[in-house]
Amino acid sequence: METIILFAPLVGAIICGFGWRLIGEKAGQVITTAMIFLAAALSWQIFLTFDGETRSIPILDWIVSGTLHSEWAIRLDRMTAIMLVVVNTVSALVHLYSFGYMAHDENWHEGEHYKARFFAYLSFFTFAMLMLVTSDNLVQMFFGWEGVGVASYLLIGFYYRKPSANAAAIKAFVVNRVGDFGFALGIFALYFLTDSIKFDDVFAAAPALAETNLTFLWSEWNAANLIGVLLFIGAMGKSAQLILHTWLPDAMEGPTPVSALIHAATMVTAGVFLVCRMSPLYEYAPQATAFITVLGATTAFFAATVGLVQNDIKRVIAYSTCSQLGYMFVAAGVGVYSVAMFHLFTHAFFKAMLFLGAGSVIHATHHEQDMRNYGGLRKKIPLTFWAMMIGTLAITGVGIPLTHYGFAGFLSKDAVIESAWVGSSYAFWLLVVAACMTSFYSWRLMFMTFYGTSHAHGHDDHGHGHDAHGHDDHHHEPHESPMVMLIPLGVLALGAIFSGMLWYKVFFGEEAAVRNWFGMEAAAHGEAHGETAAADHGTEAAATETHDDSAATEAAPAEGTAVASEEHAAEGEAAADAHGPAGVAPKGALLMLPFTPEEQAVVDTRLDAEKAAKAEHAPTTMINAAHVVPAWVKVSPFIAMLIGFGLAWLFYIKDPSLPRRLATQQRPLYLFLLNKWYFDELYDVVFVRPAKWLGNFLWKKGDGNVIDGSLNGVAMGIIPFFTRLAGRAQSGYLFHYAFAMVMGIVILVTWMTLFGGAK
Amino acid sequence: MSEIVAGWPILSIVTFLPAAGALLILLSRASARGENVGYDNGVKLLTLLITVATFVASLFAFAAFDFRNPAYQLQESIPWAFGASYAMGVDTLAMSLVMLTTFLTPICILASWVIEKQVSSYMVLFLILESLMIGVFCAQDIILFYIFFEAGLIPMFILIGVWGGERRVYAAFKFFLYTLLGSLLMLVAIVYMIATAHTSNIPALTAFAQSGGFDTNVQIWLWLAFFASFAVKMPMWPVHTWLPDAHVEAPTAGSVILAGILLKMGGYGFLRFSLPMFPVASEMFAPLVFTMSVVAIIYTSLVAMVQEDMKKLIAYSSVAHMGFVTMGIFTLNIQGVQGAVFQMLSHGIVSGALFLCVGVVYDRLHTREIAAYGGVANRMPWYALAFLVFTMANVGLPGTSGFVGEFLTLMGAFKRNTWIAFFATSGVILSACYALWLFRQVVWGEVVKSAVKSLSDLTLREKVILAPLVFFTIFYGVYPMPVFNVTSASLEKLISDYKAAIAAAGKTAMLLN
Repeated sequence: METIILFAPLVGAIICGFGWRLIGEKAGQVITTAMIFLAAALSWQIFLTFDGETRSIPILDWIVSGTLHSEWAIRLDRMTAIMLVVVNTVSALVHLYSFGYMAHDENWHEGEHYKARFFAYLSFFTFAMLMLVTSDNLVQMFFGWEGVGVASYLLIGFYYRKPSANAAAIKAFVVNRVGDFGFALGIFALYFLTDSIKFDDVFAAAPALAETNLTFLWSEWNAANLIGVLLFIGAMGKSAQLILHTWLPDAMEGPTPVSALIHAATMVTAGVFLVCRMSPLYEYAPQATAFITVLGATTAFFAATVGLVQNDIKRVIAYSTCSQLGYMFVAAGVGVYSVAMFHLFTHAFFKAMLFLGAGSVIHATHHEQDMRNYGGLRKKIPLTFWAMMIGTLAITGVGIPLTHYGFAGFLSKDAVIESAWVGSSYAFWLLVVAACMTSFYSWRLMFMTFYGTSHAHGHDDHGHGHDAHGHDDHHHEPHESPMVMLIPLGVLALGAIFSGMLWYKVFFGEEAAVRNWFGMEAAAHGEAHGETAAADHGTEAAATETHDDSAATEAAPAEGTAVASEEHAAEGEAAADAHGPAGVAPKGALLMLPFTPEEQAVVDTRLDAEKAAKAEHAPTTMINAAHVVPAWVKVSPFIAMLIGFGLAWLFYIKDPSLPRRLATQQRPLYLFLLNKWYFDELYDVVFVRPAKWLGNFLWKKGDGNVIDGSLNGVAMGIIPFFTRLAGRAQSGYLFHYAFAMVMGIVILVTWMTLFGGAK
Repeated sequence: MSEIVAGWPILSIVTFLPAAGALLILLSRASARGENVGYDNGVKLLTLLITVATFVASLFAFAAFDFRNPAYQLQESIPWAFGASYAMGVDTLAMSLVMLTTFLTPICILASWVIEKQVSSYMVLFLILESLMIGVFCAQDIILFYIFFEAGLIPMFILIGVWGGERRVYAAFKFFLYTLLGSLLMLVAIVYMIATAHTSNIPALTAFAQSGGFDTNVQIWLWLAFFASFAVKMPMWPVHTWLPDAHVEAPTAGSVILAGILLKMGGYGFLRFSLPMFPVASEMFAPLVFTMSVVAIIYTSLVAMVQEDMKKLIAYSSVAHMGFVTMGIFTLNIQGVQGAVFQMLSHGIVSGALFLCVGVVYDRLHTREIAAYGGVANRMPWYALAFLVFTMANVGLPGTSGFVGEFLTLMGAFKRNTWIAFFATSGVILSACYALWLFRQVVWGEVVKSAVKSLSDLTLREKVILAPLVFFTIFYGVYPMPVFNVTSASLEKLISDYKAAIAAAGKTAMLLN
């Protein structure tokens, strides 16, 4: 069944991509869509019935060289099951939606066929994404990783006549390549140290890696941290985190369904998936995860600030995606991988919906994307309006504070923020501020689009050249989208409302439930293991830089180990086993170790002591600790959301002239944000232009002057001499002379052979 | 099938079948006198048949070959003048390169269908060239090897010089002189080796060398002499400048052979001579090779980014890809060396295909200038698809054959030294820049130029040329095991022999101290 899920999209893509000339475009579209729906249905079946037991399904050998053994294989565990559902569901809905959205496209001339190509690309993307999430080794994952990259490249550049789309496509690919550069080095390092690229082997070796040093470039590094950072560089590229984020906004050049599928719900979350997938390694790489936390939080903040002032509806949502991915990385960075996956899961629904909703708006307004030209669309396209409203309520995190009732984003985002409070106050504060800005820009989008008066009239005067394509008669009359576009919105709306509440327990509920769901071993925590243990082996364990349970087995003489060892014996702690020389991979899809003593000491100061004392489980793991944070921490994202909403209301409903006044007043700041902190300009100056200059320099000066020049005899002296000679002789004897020479050799060799053999 | 060819000199048949065909054409020309179009087409067809027959013959050799055996097989030996012998034989490495040669040549002949000038001479030269190339890989006598190796220059020289572009004479001489000068040093080394070892048989020479026949000082000089030849052939930075000129001026099929086969002779030479015969010197000079490889990868990628000529861009990218090969070979671990060999085979297919792609549009518009194109996808969708596949393979996308070699060589390099791996890996970023830029400029965009408007999509002949290349590019990307199965035996032996030699040398050095 897993194999069917994996290959159905590929089969669809091939039939549609190559066969549409025979079977017709429509049939091609239907086949791809049917294939994905089949995959989606099977995915849900796996998701709902999966027992948490990790399985591996080999398909074919791929690269076998020495000890390197890379297979095509499916690894089925909870992580895979989650991603299967996310990818296939969104993909199926996007396929369906595209029937309507791509039905008429004025980028193409009358009679041109583009739909089959589009659907084939979409299905191919889905296949590559499935390869990524089902892989059981890093090299296959790298295949999926770059495969989605190329699908994204093709889809961003789908309108291949538009120079901006072409530029954006290349930018996306190249920037991702920068990330892949780190990813590849990480794989090399892992193989170098563990002699395997299979997840299970790598995970088993992770504790040992934490105590290994690796000479990389100019220095010695802790292997686990180094590999963690290298792999994360790959994740930064794919998930558009700060420094490598510049491609994502430009990627909006692609058709909107693409943005929903690839640049919101699935591909860009691959980085988060990678970090979570590698959790058994990251659990032993504290510095790498600290880096992830800081970078994720900074991205969440940065992208939100830029989102505040963008006018293109898709770019606003793109920056919002970038920001939300930062949230996920913070969760992964502080060690609650299940929460990262939770936010990934809910985000897929509401962000896909926001994009598809935006697509519906764009469709309704005849490819207008500038929000300043919208306004008052609520009445004209009510169903789209309500879909967008649900999406907005979900992303801003509306719910009943201190309960578990609310829209999807409310539950998952608050889970991130609560965990962030335990793990890093820097991340916490940035995320709360970002939550406020999220609320502001989301409501700004809603207000500018659906409220107020229509600005479509003023539009023609702006000279956007928009009416060139002769849609004038119904230009000012936005129309509701067809059913094929509204049904996906409806389904996603269900997800945006309920997915948080339904799956809260298994992602961020009782720790036992979470561990059970992900197939993990029970955690090593108990009543006695809380603060006493932390106090006891404080300094000794700190010296080993490992977690307290490993200290228990390895640093045997340390104080207080007797207590800890007893617990391990009693609870059958699996993580401890993993520290043996012939390590075994930890069970289940994720690894979430308890706090080290020194971490515990810090954590305890941040918790609500009263609640922690009363809690059923001592806060020795991130999940348990995040449940007993002070009440104000839990409420803070809600308050931030309210502030954001209030400000948006003030700016865009109450006093619509305020934004312009503020922009004029704070011009430098406004321009700074509008120009996305000038990252593109910076990169152009620092990387693009020097590279071109250097290329030219090396070519003209290096190859030309130095190499050919210093081999002067060849380039300048002898050759012209021969050339002149040849010029005279060209059609004359020279050719025949050389020809005779060749024939002579051949005859010589032949003669030798024949007559030599006769002897 | 192996029974069929038992007792046959199958390698000689594969090697000289094309030359025999060339002779046939020459005889027919003598009798035909007065060439005309009908005659030309007949010659083209005949040449195609001969090359296909050669390919089939090589399949027989392939079938008779035991790939689990790392030794030389299908051996033939006939005593010759001056103590040398006409000795043929292939190991798994040579066999795979022979297959690449016989596979690419019929494709080149098909691509040469557009040739109108002196057709019969062109075809004769091409057939001779094929014989000589196969001979290089099959030769088991170092003198025979040298003859094939050098003689191959001549038909290529003429092909460029007569059927090339505007600056063909300059390019032809540059090509000829660079490679010839490099080879002369090798000749001196060969003479010295024969004089010392009293044999010119390659396996015997190897055994002599591995039993410590050449001491370290001698090894250094011999290694450098061979290196001079192979580095130019490869070509390695900084002696690569002949390649872009040669490629640009060569006719399409010439470029394909140049990139696909001739460059591989350098890599073959390293694996056949430098490593097994001069292991101590190889170990000593490995850092030099690494440095030159890494510089090549970055330097030529940067240069490729600013090219205005399609062929020149691909030529520079070839140099960069060959950098991965030399780097992989000298890592001397199994991933590196297997990766390098895979990269050679894959590059033979991919860069050959890219030159064919250039040829397709060149035949229509007679310009290689990138700026003359744009929006080709609008007129030539099949062409765009094929070009995309090869571009992606050139970029090293997983799932294409370009990835496997690149990835393995980098993996091997990482084991040796992380600096090398770091800088070489950055090449994958640069390759994306220039390859996608080329694709965008040529294939994407609005049709603006009137010449592009008149383009028609691939003809049946062009589809037949490109289809097998597309197939193998993807097939070996997804399932490269056939290549690994075929090549691994000899390569594993090569590495273990090398390690043993280094260890032995280390021991002697210690004893002396």
